[in-house]
Amino acid sequence: MSSYKIIDHKYDVVVLGAGGSGLRAAVGLSEAGLKTACISKVFPTRSHTSAAQGGISAALGNMGEDDWRWHMYDTVKGADWLGDQDSIEYLCKEAPKAVIELEKYGVPFSRTEDGKIYQRPFGGMTKNYGNGIVQRTCAAADRTGHAILHTLYGQALKHKTEFFIEYFALDLLMKNGECKGLIAWNLNDGTIHRFRAHTVIIATGGYGKVYYSATSAHTCTGDGNAMVLRAGLPLQDMEFVQFHPTGIYGHGTLISEGVRGEGGYLVNSKGERFMERYAPKAKDLASRDVVSRSMSIEINEGRGVGKEKDHVHLHLSHLDKEVIENRLPGITDAARLFANVDVTKEPIPVVPTVHYNMGGIPTNYKAEVLTVNGSEKTVPGLMAIGEAACVSVHGANRLGSNSLIDLVVFGRAAAKRAAELIKPGTPHEEISETETQKCLDRFDKLRNANGENSTAELRLAMQKTMQSKCAVFRTEKNLKEGVNEIRKTYDGMDSISVKDKSLVFNTDLVETLEFDNLIRQAVTTVDSAYHRKESRGAHAREDFPKRDDKNFMQHTLAWCDGKETKISYRDVHKSTLTNEVQYFPPQERVY
Amino acid sequence: MVQINLPKGSEVQKGNYFKDKTGSKNIKKVNVYRWDPSSGDNPRIDTYEVDMDSCPSKVLDILNKIKNEIDPTLAYRRSCAHGVCGSCAMNMGGKNGLACTKPHSEIDGDIDIYPLPHLKVKKDLIGDLDGLYRQYKSIEPWLKTNSKSDSMEIIQSKKDREKLDGAYECIMCACCSTSCPSYWWNGDKYLGPAVLLQAYRWIVDSRDDERQARLKKVADELKLYRCHTILNCTSACPKGLNPAKAIAEIKKMLATANI
Repeated sequence: MSSYKIIDHKYDVVVLGAGGSGLRAAVGLSEAGLKTACISKVFPTRSHTSAAQGGISAALGNMGEDDWRWHMYDTVKGADWLGDQDSIEYLCKEAPKAVIELEKYGVPFSRTEDGKIYQRPFGGMTKNYGNGIVQRTCAAADRTGHAILHTLYGQALKHKTEFFIEYFALDLLMKNGECKGLIAWNLNDGTIHRFRAHTVIIATGGYGKVYYSATSAHTCTGDGNAMVLRAGLPLQDMEFVQFHPTGIYGHGTLISEGVRGEGGYLVNSKGERFMERYAPKAKDLASRDVVSRSMSIEINEGRGVGKEKDHVHLHLSHLDKEVIENRLPGITDAARLFANVDVTKEPIPVVPTVHYNMGGIPTNYKAEVLTVNGSEKTVPGLMAIGEAACVSVHGANRLGSNSLIDLVVFGRAAAKRAAELIKPGTPHEEISETETQKCLDRFDKLRNANGENSTAELRLAMQKTMQSKCAVFRTEKNLKEGVNEIRKTYDGMDSISVKDKSLVFNTDLVETLEFDNLIRQAVTTVDSAYHRKESRGAHAREDFPKRDDKNFMQHTLAWCDGKETKISYRDVHKSTLTNEVQYFPPQERVY
Repeated sequence: MVQINLPKGSEVQKGNYFKDKTGSKNIKKVNVYRWDPSSGDNPRIDTYEVDMDSCPSKVLDILNKIKNEIDPTLAYRRSCAHGVCGSCAMNMGGKNGLACTKPHSEIDGDIDIYPLPHLKVKKDLIGDLDGLYRQYKSIEPWLKTNSKSDSMEIIQSKKDREKLDGAYECIMCACCSTSCPSYWWNGDKYLGPAVLLQAYRWIVDSRDDERQARLKKVADELKLYRCHTILNCTSACPKGLNPAKAIAEIKKMLATANI
C-alpha cells in the first residue's frame, strides 16, 4: 500500500481546468458567493483556449440582419442532427448576452465603422435557414481565444477566485454514484491534495493528442474525460473527431477558418477551386467535415500539391493588404514561422488536421453530467463544460466559432446551476479512505514503473494507430484493425517505464499519467467508431456512406474499464426547450 | 579588485554526457541546465548529442527529441507549440525566446539552453514566475466601466481600438522582464516591462473609466521609474511587441497630465 501525506481542502465547488469555460464558471461561482477553487495543470493563460483564432459566434446582427433561430438551424444542420435541440436552443439564444458580457469584461473585439463588435463570415453560418451567408462570428483580429482567455483570467482575479496552479488532477472521489471531490498532485512541491466539494466541474478540454497530427496543444490530453471513465461513468459520441481543413502541412499549426471567411480559398494541383464542386452554394465556407472530406478526396484522387501530392493550397494573396494586416496578423506570423510562407505572395500548404472532439462527458444544458442506468439520470455533484463536455450542441460536427460560445454559455450555465443547488458553506459528509487509496495506488504504481516501454514510444504507437485507422474516412476493416492495435498499445502499459522518481515537476510522470488518460480515450474512440455503422458529420464510413436516422440518430455511450468497453446508445433529444422555436426535423445535408 | 563568489550551492557543475546512439553524421551538441530540488545536488549542465537529420526546425523540437528519445527526466514547460500560450519561454543561445518558435538554425555551434535568467528555478528549465503573476494581479487587469447596459456593447471607434494593438497580444511569457537588468535587481518592486505593458493596455482602453487612478497607481519611483530605457525588453519580445514604447508612453502621460 502506498503512503503519501495528504493535504485536505474543503470548497463548495471545485472547477478543474482554467481555460475559457473553467474561468467563466469560476467567475460566476465566485459572484454567487460560493467558495470556489480552480485547479489547473498549467497557468490559466497557457490553456488551449488561447489558440482559438477566428472568433465566437452570436447572432448580434451587427453586420446585417440575424436571428438566433437561424444560428440554431445552422448548428443543428452542422451537427448532422446528432445535437440535442433543447441544448442548441439554449446555446444560440444565450449567445448574444454572453458575448456582450465578454465585451463588458474588456475583451478587445475588432470594431465596425460605427464602433460595434466586428463580425465575420464563417463556415456553415447562414441567414434565413440556409439561404445566403451571414456575418455572425465576433472577432478580435485572429486572436479571439487569446483575447477572451486573458480577459476571463482578469475577471477571475477581480472576483478573487482561489487558484491552484500547476496541480495535476488524478481522480474523482465518488461515493454511491455521487461525486464528492477530487485528488490532485501539486507539481510545485510534490504534495498530494484532497479537495472536498459539493460539486466538481470538469473543464479539462479535449484529447486531440491521441492523434499524431493535431492542432491541439501538448497539454490536450482529456484528463477529465479519463477521470470520468475511471469513475465508472460513460463518455458520449467519442467517434466524432473534427479534422480542421487547414492545419499547416507537416506541422499541424492551425490556420483559422477566418482566412476563408475573409475571402481565402482552397486550390488543388490543377489550380481548381475544387470546393465549388462539392458545395456549390457555400463553397469554401461549407462545414468543416465537408471541406476536410473534399480535400481528402482531391488528395486521394491524385490532385494534391507538393512532391508527395499529399496536401492542398490555401490562397489569400489576392486579399487586400489591409485585411491581412488588420484581421489576419496572427496567421501571417504562423505561416511565416511554420511553413516559411509570405501570405501576401504565396499560398499556405494545408491538410486536414485533428482539431476538436465533439464527444466527451454527456451533460444536459445545465451542465449536469448524465449517465444511463435503465433511464437517463444526472450524476449528483458532477458537472462538465467546454470541450470536455458533450452537451450535445455540436453533435456529429461542430461549426467553426461555436466552441468559444459553448465555453462561455455553458460555463455560465454551470455556475448558475451550482448556485441553485448548493447553499454556501454546507458541511461535507464523511467519505471512506478506500477511494483515496485506490487513486494513490495507481499514482504510485506508475511512479515506480520500471518496465521496458518508454511512455514516448507507447504514445507514438497510439497516435500512429489513431491517425491511420480512425481518420477522415473509415471502413469496417481499418476500424477493426484499429480496435485490435490500440489494445496492443494498451497492453504495453503493463511494462511501462518512468525514469524520474521524484515528486517535484516530475514531467516524466506527468506525461505517463497523461498517456494513461489518453489511451483509455483512444480505446473508446475507436470502439465507438467501429460500432457506428453509418456516415454522419465527422464520422465518414466508406462502407456505410449514408446517414441512417432509423438506427443511429442516437448518442453513443461508451464505458471503459481498462481495455474493456461497453457500448450503448441514448436517444437524441428531439424537442426544443421552449415554444419560441420549433424542432428542426432531419433533412438531407447539403451546402 | 573585488572578488565575487557564488554561494556554494549555486555553482553550476559539469553534468552527464549523452553520446549519440543513432550513428548520425549530423550531430549537434546541446547543453542543458539541470537542477533537481529533491536531489540536494548543485545545478549542472548536461550535454546531449542530438541527431539533427531527424529533428524538425525549432528548439522545442530538440527538447522533445531529448525527452522522448534520450532522457525522459528533463523538465520544461510546453503547451501550444506555436507561440500563443507562452509556456516554453527560456534562454537559448544566450537570448530569451519561445522554444517553439525559435529556429535552432539561428544558433551557431553548440546550443546552450537555460531557464529564463534571474528567476528562482523550480526544476531544470522551469522558472518561478509567481512574483510576476502577483505583479500582474496588482495592476488590476480588468475593465472598470460604469456602463450599465447589458443588452449592448460599449461603443469603441476603430481608432480607439487600434490603441490596444501591440499591447493586448502579450502572451505573458516573461521573456522581456527577465531580460531587463533593472528587473533583475529590483524585480520585487519594479513592475517590469511585461506587467507595465499590461498596465498600459488598460490605461489606453477608451472603455475604461479609471484611467487616472490607473496612472496614479503606477506613478512610483520603483514600480515605473526603474525603467532606464535599456530596451532589452523590446529586443527580447518573441511576439514583436514594444514594451519599452508603452512604458515611455506611460511616462509621457504622467508628465503631461495633472495627477
